[in-house]
Amino acid sequence: MYVGRYVGGVVAVTSVSAITIIVLYYILTGQGERIDIGWFLTETSPYMWATLGAGLSVALSVVGAALGIHTTGVSIVGGGVKAPRIKTKNLISVIFCEAVAIYGLITAIVLAGLIESFNQVQAESMYEHKGRNWMSGYLMFFAGVTVGLVNLVCGICVGIVGSGAALADAANPALFVKILIVEIFGSAIGLFGLIVGIYMTSKVKMGDKD
Amino acid sequence: MKGAMFNIDNGYLEGLCRGFKTGILTQNDYLNLVQCETIEDLKLHLAGTDYGNFLANEPSPISVSTLDDKLREKVVAEFVHMRCHAVEPLSTFLDFITYSYMIDNIVLLITGALHQRPLQELLPKCHPLGSFEQMEAIHIATTPAELYNAVLVDTPLAPFFVDCISEADLDEMNVELIRNTLYKAYLEAFYDFCTQKLGGETAEVMCEILAFEADRRALIITINSFDTELTKEDRARLFPKCGKLYPDGLAALARADDYEQVRSVAEYYAEYQALFAGAGNNPEEKTLEDRFFEYEVKLNVNAFLRQFHYGVFYAYLKLKEQECRNIVWIAECVAQRHRAKIDNYIPIL
Repeated sequence: MYVGRYVGGVVAVTSVSAITIIVLYYILTGQGERIDIGWFLTETSPYMWATLGAGLSVALSVVGAALGIHTTGVSIVGGGVKAPRIKTKNLISVIFCEAVAIYGLITAIVLAGLIESFNQVQAESMYEHKGRNWMSGYLMFFAGVTVGLVNLVCGICVGIVGSGAALADAANPALFVKILIVEIFGSAIGLFGLIVGIYMTSKVKMGDKD
Repeated sequence: MKGAMFNIDNGYLEGLCRGFKTGILTQNDYLNLVQCETIEDLKLHLAGTDYGNFLANEPSPISVSTLDDKLREKVVAEFVHMRCHAVEPLSTFLDFITYSYMIDNIVLLITGALHQRPLQELLPKCHPLGSFEQMEAIHIATTPAELYNAVLVDTPLAPFFVDCISEADLDEMNVELIRNTLYKAYLEAFYDFCTQKLGGETAEVMCEILAFEADRRALIITINSFDTELTKEDRARLFPKCGKLYPDGLAALARADDYEQVRSVAEYYAEYQALFAGAGNNPEEKTLEDRFFEYEVKLNVNAFLRQFHYGVFYAYLKLKEQECRNIVWIAECVAQRHRAKIDNYIPIL
């Protein structure tokens, strides 16, 4: 509880002060026009957005899965001391969390496969050509972010339900199947992110050819 | 998210504690225990439960006090195990639980010293959870100020003791006052720790339990103070101020002169009204004390209905304590062949 608040505060203070320093630097050195979001969006390379998307999708998903497995795992270990029978059955909760990481991995592989090289000089000269490649970059970035965030939350959700499932199973074996259904539905929300992410990438067309 | 963060530090211990809780005797076990004819039968039945063969090395015949010691030993071993694995802030929380046993030990030792009992006779009677290094020096104190300066100043109880230093000397009456003042300070500090430092589910669960504990003390102090030399102002100063009775109920209790007035104060509070309604001293009625125990058990069992909070550790210890009392009660009834009241134990459902 304390750690969360502390880290949040540090991140907020650091980012706000960094932004303030940069803005003040540009304004005071007479380069105020550099603070331009449109310039930033049109000048950054689509390669960066595409690779960031692929990276974030797998990274955030793995963080979610790791949190989930940790949450479930410690409860299985703790509950398993007095009720060792729960350890095999409750591995299914760990597998559900693992699936969340796999969704992110699938998206990352699909995104990485869609990255194609294109001729920068030709793209600058042809507006349509440039637009297609730039749109592909943004689509891949936000497809990755969508899948990553959805799976981060899904992993935490499955982990907490899995922890409850392990403790409930240890107390009363009849409860296991009932809570497993809750867990399956929790695990399904990760699929929504995967579906939307894959659907977004269907519009991606990178490269020189139309 | 909070659940995931909670589990990082405390998930294992919570699972362990809930595992221990499943070992608490069920209604069926009690039905078997009350059928027993001798302590040996009792031992046989207990061997079939989570207690296992904890009495195996004891020479027969087993006395009730040995049984009590062994039961307590098992709970203490479990609690100490959890305490050793705990990290902040759970470790402080668990320490807070042990402070109440320290208070009991101090009072036991002072009372023993007043009656000129030797220390070797008293020390084994102290609760092992509340033992501390300076305990053996306690009999040198003759006034509360000495007690504080020589013994308690280095213990965690020091901040609770500040209110009692003014008492003139240690006699029977003042020892009781010290016990209750210490308890009041302890409960208030524990309550503040739960609400301010911990918060969240822990605060919600523990406030309910600690508020009841505070109110129970206030009601019992009032009822026990009738026909004693305790003045009403002194009595009002002993009431813990963290319960649901604070402030109106406590003010009314401070003015009460007999049991009926206490009862009428409790009428204003739905939970306590129900407890007083079913209590009485007739043979077929339960005593007020038993009704309080029943309600405490209910609150403690409810603590297990929520996950990711520290209340389970407190609730587990209290339930286990109640179970020890139940088994000892049944054992006493069996040993003295006084079966009429054997069903007066408090069921843990």
